[in-house]
Amino acid sequence: MKNPLESLPMTVVLGLVITVVVILVVSNGA
Amino acid sequence: MEFSGELNFVLRWLHVISGVMWIGLLWYFNFVQIPTMPKIPDELKPAVGKHIAPEALFWFRWGAMATLITGLLLALGQGYLHDAMTFGSGYAGIGFGMYFGIIMWANVWFIIWPKQKIALGIIDADASLKPAAARTAMLFSRTNTMLSIPMLYCMVSQQNPQAWFM
Repeated sequence: MKNPLESLPMTVVLGLVITVVVILVVSNGA
Repeated sequence: MEFSGELNFVLRWLHVISGVMWIGLLWYFNFVQIPTMPKIPDELKPAVGKHIAPEALFWFRWGAMATLITGLLLALGQGYLHDAMTFGSGYAGIGFGMYFGIIMWANVWFIIWPKQKIALGIIDADASLKPAAARTAMLFSRTNTMLSIPMLYCMVSQQNPQAWFM
């Protein structure tokens, strides 16, 4: 299976997904 | 320990300048150089590999170092270094940002730069090692590009509590 980080658009999407996860964690926990 | 407002401001200014140098070059590598290399005629590739990339990597890794040092000093000088590193109340956001930044700095200095030295022929290494070194450097550079998105969100949000939608 191809590493998703080989795709630049997928890299950006993953970065946005992590951002949303961090927002949810910080908003609800801290 | 807290620094004066003037010193904190200068540290923030230097932190932003060095951060732009670092992340600007990170995005140059990922958004421009890596996607363009396959389209460049073979006879022109050495211009990038032998001249542009080594110079860009110099400013890239030292930009990363300056960003880390000024960032840690700024957090110390503002009195929240410990709270951020331990995800204390009100500092979890900047804490995440700092950990993302520290991981990215470590990727630059301990993986990307050593692998690029092999891939670009800056140090003597068996030619058979170069493709694997280049691939590892590329994937960790992509990892840093991915992490730069939440990292910058966390950094900017420290002065904008509305960022957390509460």
